[in-house]
Amino acid sequence: MYPLNPDVYNDNVKKEPIRAGFGRGLKAAGEANDKIVALCADLTDSTKMSLFRDAFPNRFVQVGIAEQNLVTLASGMARAGKIPFTSSYAAFSPGRNWEQIRTTIAINQQPVKIIGSHAGVSVGPDGATHQMLEDIALMRVLPNMVVIAPGDSIEAEKATKAIAENGKSTYMRVAREGTPIFSTEESPFEIGKAYVLREGRDVTLLGTGTMTYQLLVAASELEELGIQAEVVHVPTIKPLDAETILTSVKKTGRVVSAEEAQAAGGFGGAIAELLTQYLPTPLLRIGMKDRFGESGEPEQLMAFFGLDSHSVALDVKDFTDAMPQYHQGF
Amino acid sequence: MTVKLTITQLEHKANEVRKDIISMLEAAGSGHSAGPLDLADAVTALYFNIMNIDPARPDWPERDVFFLSNGHTVPVQYAVMAERGYFPKEELLTLRKLGSRLQGHPERTKLPGLENTSGPLGSGLSQAAGYAYSLQYFEDARHRFVYVITGDGELDEGNIWEAAMFAGKYKLSQLIAFVDRNNIQIDGSTENVMPLEDLRGKWESFGWHVQEIDGNNIESVIEAASMARAITNRPSVIIMHTVPGRGVDFMEYDYKWHGVPPNSEQAKEALTKLRTLDGKITSGDIE
Repeated sequence: MYPLNPDVYNDNVKKEPIRAGFGRGLKAAGEANDKIVALCADLTDSTKMSLFRDAFPNRFVQVGIAEQNLVTLASGMARAGKIPFTSSYAAFSPGRNWEQIRTTIAINQQPVKIIGSHAGVSVGPDGATHQMLEDIALMRVLPNMVVIAPGDSIEAEKATKAIAENGKSTYMRVAREGTPIFSTEESPFEIGKAYVLREGRDVTLLGTGTMTYQLLVAASELEELGIQAEVVHVPTIKPLDAETILTSVKKTGRVVSAEEAQAAGGFGGAIAELLTQYLPTPLLRIGMKDRFGESGEPEQLMAFFGLDSHSVALDVKDFTDAMPQYHQGF
Repeated sequence: MTVKLTITQLEHKANEVRKDIISMLEAAGSGHSAGPLDLADAVTALYFNIMNIDPARPDWPERDVFFLSNGHTVPVQYAVMAERGYFPKEELLTLRKLGSRLQGHPERTKLPGLENTSGPLGSGLSQAAGYAYSLQYFEDARHRFVYVITGDGELDEGNIWEAAMFAGKYKLSQLIAFVDRNNIQIDGSTENVMPLEDLRGKWESFGWHVQEIDGNNIESVIEAASMARAITNRPSVIIMHTVPGRGVDFMEYDYKWHGVPPNSEQAKEALTKLRTLDGKITSGDIE
């Protein structure tokens, strides 16, 4: 069984921004492989690329506020044999430079690592312009692109080391705010794998990024209501671990997906595509409901948009009450 | 790894390249005519004289690299590469056809020898700058050079000026850009669509060493590249004044030939003219 942080269900569970794990992971990856270089568009401390910059100043490149240049420079450096990591806010990269990523990285098959920080509504007071919600949808439709949303800072560190060596174009979204830590140093992380964190028979809760923690807490609330929810953490959105997901869904016959992003086109969209093709099953997609975010404190916003554990538990309860368990019958 | 041809031999080669371009475009039935024709001299000069390359080893680690930023002019690159021995000339007639390595816009993963994938304008200069930065700062490989050709209409793109600012800041002296200043883009003349002048002043203010030459004069192109390599404290740009459609009189100076190929009758006429001119074009000759 997946080793969970023993404090995960406590109110005082340790929190850390996911981007901090990225910063540590990049520094460690840089120590292991001198081909790794890093580029930032004037947000080096904010994205935690500063750890790499301070350790390897000669392998860090300040690009200025120029996200189109950020990723195209990285494409050229990759052609020169480097493994470039780029960082900015997700709203700007891949938000602003998607075409450059498509042409010079994805079609061009260069192993550039695009790190989109401050993704989701939990960016908080900066408001809708800075709360990137469409990045998963934008990036997962690109052929040749790996898409990853780590669930906490410990996993982000492992994911960063893993993508440094995967040889592929990769997008990783990380969050700004302190995110509760549910994994441990011993927990597995492999690109393309999903992990069952908690077993149950009534409904499968699929979480990616920051939402996995919320699903775990929601599952414990649901247990008190007599619902046994199985929680599956899906840090790799592309390629999707179809086997682990379908195995769980076959058992439970009901599915909920959860992401701190638009519920359309992103992670929930990927799950809908998988299920309609291989195992048609009722699906509730939790995420932003075709609207942009707004200013507020992170926890306030998560609750306001129905993304906190309590809101999720209520939605899942309604869903399971309304929807019979579906088992393959035709 | 360079083959040194005389200027006259290079001019003959460029004329061969123009004939290849006409035949390719006619066979493809779509594509751009004006840009590839006006770049035939510069690209021939690059592959046959300026760059240190080896067609038998397209990924040779010591090579100079060439990035095409205005990817729609790629027929000229394909034609020159075939003439230089990267692949058989017969393959040129597969341009834009299903299964061809010669995609309508260049794709690095399809054809050995291509350094980048381009088409959407404005990104090639950045890719070249990334490569040049890598050589100068990561590798300390100061003997290799990065050449890039951009269009002039392409300079409307913001991405170009992000790259120009970056290269200026980091004094990427191994980066040598050629601007194909043929004064046309799809909707008309560049100065009507979106004025570029003072173009020299723009590049200078971004910290670049600027030369202006006749881009249809092979000797000038070679001399300018040599001068650019000697500049060690700044990136270099060579503004090449060219005649769009150069070499085919009914295409010259006419922006309508930017994005269309010749039909078979026009191709026949163009090839006849190019054959007639063969051997008569001399360095510096402008009609």
